[in-house]
Amino acid sequence: MNVKGNVFKYKSDVDTDVIIPARYLNTSSESELAAHCMEDIDPDFVKKVRQGDIIVAEDNFGCGSSREHAPIAIKASGVSLVIANSFARIFYRNAINIGLPILECPDAVKNILSGDIVSCDLSTGVITNESTGKKFQAEPFPPFIQEIIDDGGLMKHIRKTLKD
Amino acid sequence: MGMTMSQKILAFHAGLDSVKAGQLINARLDMVLANDITAPVAIKEFNKAGASCVACRDKIALVMDHFTPNKDIKAAQQCKATREFAAAQNIEHFFDVGQMGIEHALLPEQGLVGAGDLVIGADSHTCTYGALGAFSTGVGSTDMAAGMMTQMCWFKVPSAIRIVLKNQPAKYITGKDVILHVIGLIGVDGALYKSMEFTGDGVQHLSIDDRFSICNMAIEAGAKNGIFPVDEVTMNYMAGRFKRKPVIFAADPDAEYEREIEVDLSTLEPTVSFPHLPENTKKPSEWGDIAIDQVVIGSCTNGHISDLRQAAAVLKDRHVRKGVRCIIIPATNAIYLQAIHEGLVDIFIQAGAIVSTPTCGPCLGGHMGILAENERCVSTTNRNFVGRMGHVTSEIYLASPFVAAASAVAGKIATPDML
Repeated sequence: MNVKGNVFKYKSDVDTDVIIPARYLNTSSESELAAHCMEDIDPDFVKKVRQGDIIVAEDNFGCGSSREHAPIAIKASGVSLVIANSFARIFYRNAINIGLPILECPDAVKNILSGDIVSCDLSTGVITNESTGKKFQAEPFPPFIQEIIDDGGLMKHIRKTLKD
Repeated sequence: MGMTMSQKILAFHAGLDSVKAGQLINARLDMVLANDITAPVAIKEFNKAGASCVACRDKIALVMDHFTPNKDIKAAQQCKATREFAAAQNIEHFFDVGQMGIEHALLPEQGLVGAGDLVIGADSHTCTYGALGAFSTGVGSTDMAAGMMTQMCWFKVPSAIRIVLKNQPAKYITGKDVILHVIGLIGVDGALYKSMEFTGDGVQHLSIDDRFSICNMAIEAGAKNGIFPVDEVTMNYMAGRFKRKPVIFAADPDAEYEREIEVDLSTLEPTVSFPHLPENTKKPSEWGDIAIDQVVIGSCTNGHISDLRQAAAVLKDRHVRKGVRCIIIPATNAIYLQAIHEGLVDIFIQAGAIVSTPTCGPCLGGHMGILAENERCVSTTNRNFVGRMGHVTSEIYLASPFVAAASAVAGKIATPDML
């Protein structure tokens, strides 16, 4: 699976409270959550983000609460991939479970800026900064995790495997 | 190679003789938890998977604590959906307004979690139960839904950091100061994916409430879990309370730890985390004059009876400074009632504070004390992220109940000795 989009870059410790503030957690509607994604750290994000865009961040992305609303808001806002130096543990698991592709690649993070166009082949983990031509290798997901993401999340995957 | 205490509990629940760090295991769960924010998403996922009934209706706890009593129509709808699910699935441990308390104080109090347990909860502070010698960790709603369906969860066995607590705590030093100090040392991702195992002769001097505060905030260092050895303090707390038989695990003498940190409790100073990360810890000499607008004493971190007693010891015969709002939230109804019986609520109200029904409320900017533009709050809660308690320019200073109560009186960040 290939993704390509414009980059929104953030620093370390982007927490789940800024990804989706708790004042909006009185709903689980994906579109309502997406409408407030990144609001407290980057109020322009929802105005600018387009289908396929990519978030790049430094260390410990998604730290804080276990709210699955955080990766849901990111995915529903149109983001196709998050690349970071590292992810907080619960966010990492939640992203896979809801089918949001995430990759750890410090080399790419160092060499990608906000506004760059980046593409990625999720099956090989090759990230290309189309704006500079540089390529980076992230550890791709093992096939069973990639299948969960391709199926749109763990539950859809379970349902599909039960049917098969 | 020996195993850590956390690894031993995981091995036991996976039916294995031993496990090692990095190993993927599938393990049997003793309790699966969600609240009024995470349960609705879990129920959605449960339905999405085509599940019809839960695996063990007596091993699921659903606690309506975050935005309750319902703060608005949408919050009310979320509780309604969870209430209906609980009724349809005949969930034994469903806690609505009247029975509920803040989940991480409530579950131990009700004896639903205890030593040797393996617990997951769709709330990051599920790591609190490590205070009782359980392996417990926060997960998302999908993992929680899978837990309800199968009563199993897969885990990557964590490596660990060993934190050796030494000596008797200095005056006004609580579990909160200990954990803030440790987070200040290792940073908000200092224990990422790892266990934080607390040990040492200092453990015996920490009350169960201190241990709850410490394990509660393990997640603020990125940890998968925090855990204390089981001793007399733990056994006394569980006696007559814990519904199952405690299983006691201890780390092997040759267990491998990635790092060891020593904390001398006798030399710690009251510690405050300045905005906007729990790792920004400062000692009294570094505080300066920080005028404040609000104080919150409560939450899953510090809403226990010892916390309220500490706050009352400071507020007795004193008054909250004019211009400061002081909001006190007992974590459960049992704690609330005990605070009434002990005369603590009288002290609080006479001091000009208010006492609320149990709720997570202001901690995550839900209700019961939202901050306006540029306002500052000293709070015994667990996170001081941007916008966490309200306006994006507001500021949260994390502290112990002693410091929070003293700050309410002083109108600025203070220790009781500064009053």
